[in-house]
Amino acid sequence: MERKAQGYLFTWILIAFLLALPFFGGQYVLYMVIQILILSVFALGFNLLLGYTGLLSFGQAGFFAVGAYASAKVLLVFPSLILGVGAGVLAGALAAAILGVLCVRHTRIYFSMLTLSFGMMIYSLAWKWREVTGGDDGLVGIPRAPMGIPGIFQLDMSPMSHYYYFVVVVCLGAIFLLRRMVQSPFVLILKGIRDSETRASFAGIPVRRYKLLAFIVAGAYAALAGSLLPPLENTVTPPIAHWTHSAEPVMVTLLGGIYSFYGPIVGSFFFYILKDVIVRFTQYWLICFGAIIVFLVLAFRGGLVVFYEERILPWLRGRITKGG
Amino acid sequence: MLDNLVFQGLIGLSLAMYLWLLSAGLTLVFGVAGILNFAHGSLFMLGAYFAFTLYGKWGWAFGPSVLVSLIGVGVVGAVMERVFFRRIYDLDLPYQLILTFGFILIFDDLVKMIWGGVAMIPPMPQWLDGQLVVLGRPFPVYNIFIVGLGVAVALLLWIVLERTWWGRTIRASAHDREMASAIGVDIPRLFTSVFVFAAMLAALGGALGTPVRVVAPGIGTAMIIQAFVITVIGGLGNLKGAFVGALIVGVLTAYGILLFPVFELFIIFVVMALVLMVKPEGLFGR
Repeated sequence: MERKAQGYLFTWILIAFLLALPFFGGQYVLYMVIQILILSVFALGFNLLLGYTGLLSFGQAGFFAVGAYASAKVLLVFPSLILGVGAGVLAGALAAAILGVLCVRHTRIYFSMLTLSFGMMIYSLAWKWREVTGGDDGLVGIPRAPMGIPGIFQLDMSPMSHYYYFVVVVCLGAIFLLRRMVQSPFVLILKGIRDSETRASFAGIPVRRYKLLAFIVAGAYAALAGSLLPPLENTVTPPIAHWTHSAEPVMVTLLGGIYSFYGPIVGSFFFYILKDVIVRFTQYWLICFGAIIVFLVLAFRGGLVVFYEERILPWLRGRITKGG
Repeated sequence: MLDNLVFQGLIGLSLAMYLWLLSAGLTLVFGVAGILNFAHGSLFMLGAYFAFTLYGKWGWAFGPSVLVSLIGVGVVGAVMERVFFRRIYDLDLPYQLILTFGFILIFDDLVKMIWGGVAMIPPMPQWLDGQLVVLGRPFPVYNIFIVGLGVAVALLLWIVLERTWWGRTIRASAHDREMASAIGVDIPRLFTSVFVFAAMLAALGGALGTPVRVVAPGIGTAMIIQAFVITVIGGLGNLKGAFVGALIVGVLTAYGILLFPVFELFIIFVVMALVLMVKPEGLFGR
């Protein structure tokens, strides 16, 4: 019980911090927090598949890109942020529903390979289908459109801090929603499927339907993350659909911890912090990150969350009791 | 028209051979150790850089350059297997894949550090520089040489696996690791030797490409994804499948560039997805 209260307190402090940040943080800090939030949402959706359902998707960047391109396309025609992001999420969910039907029939490495191939199909469309996607130049000049209902009220989004608040609200909302979902029977069933698909199907659970649902949610979250990117950067380019981008949620989820809800968020945070710190010393930050990944897989597979709970927390407690 | 098609066919076949050398090791390691190694493409890249340095920069003869690159990458492979990969054979798939992905990041940056971002093509070795006139059109000798060599490696591999003791232990342990271990196969040593062998095959592909293909930090990731397509088409762990898969992808890419340049990459992944959906164990799977 005390633990839970602590958790709530921590969450509220964090939210208060995020909301207060524009008053003392510069443009760069806001930009970085937006990036962290986008990656967090991307990875949280991915972890619904990996951590909760036991399916390793290597094509999530495809859905990220569907969201990004759809929102960019809409924003170029109708300058309304809500419309753009909404269209992105919808397009991503739709793509995940269609491709998911084909993917969830497989497990383990075959699932990973199939998602990889669909992701790369989306990449090759983004890269080569010049009329629609702009080819390797991508789409440019995407406006950071105002939010609101045209003619009734408008909220200007061009200052970074305004867009920052929009991203914070949308992402926290998405995280809260997923948190509720994880506490529901839906995810209990997913865990059952993860632990034994055969047992789950003997218990009368329509396994594929549930896997498909998880796949659609993950796709929609990837697309949401993607659709927040074009208004930030004003461009979209094909590399966001590439399979190396699909590896990003995998990395940060393993970095944070696969069996903890907040693991992907912790992982995303450290991903950008590490990058920011290492880049100050050397342009070769990926080599350091690669080494960290290798070390983590070999030495600490629980990820940072478990590392904190099992090593750092007891150590802190020990210090406190000793001191008092 | 016909000579164009034949010419593009030769280009496709030689592309297929680079891909075959890469995929052969990928599928061999998967068949024996159960690991799908993302960093296998990085070994291909490393082979290319080693050969580029020896042949292109230091002016060694082409043959010895390739040979020494093989040995160099073999050593790298041995270290990788002994120190790192050995510990992940029993882990879950995500951990295996992401560890090998970590090596891609390491190798890519390492290569940038040492060689910079250069993309240079050294001149063709003299004894392979020439044209062969077929159907009234000149064909580069080098591509014909590559195709011949690729086929020779395939035959050699087949003989090694079917006829030698080492080949038999590989097949035995791929079939049933525990049983092979029970009858006295030294599994850890076998895994190291297979891994080194696979690394050298990849390096051979990379090294042979130096006089004609661009050497750049990104070639590892670009090649490995095609090798994945090939191993999936042929069936994971299936060598014969990898050879046929490489032919399919190589030739399809070459004609794709000619016939439908917009969707050439797309079609390859469609083929991969179709195989996975209809026959996930691959065209040659049991």
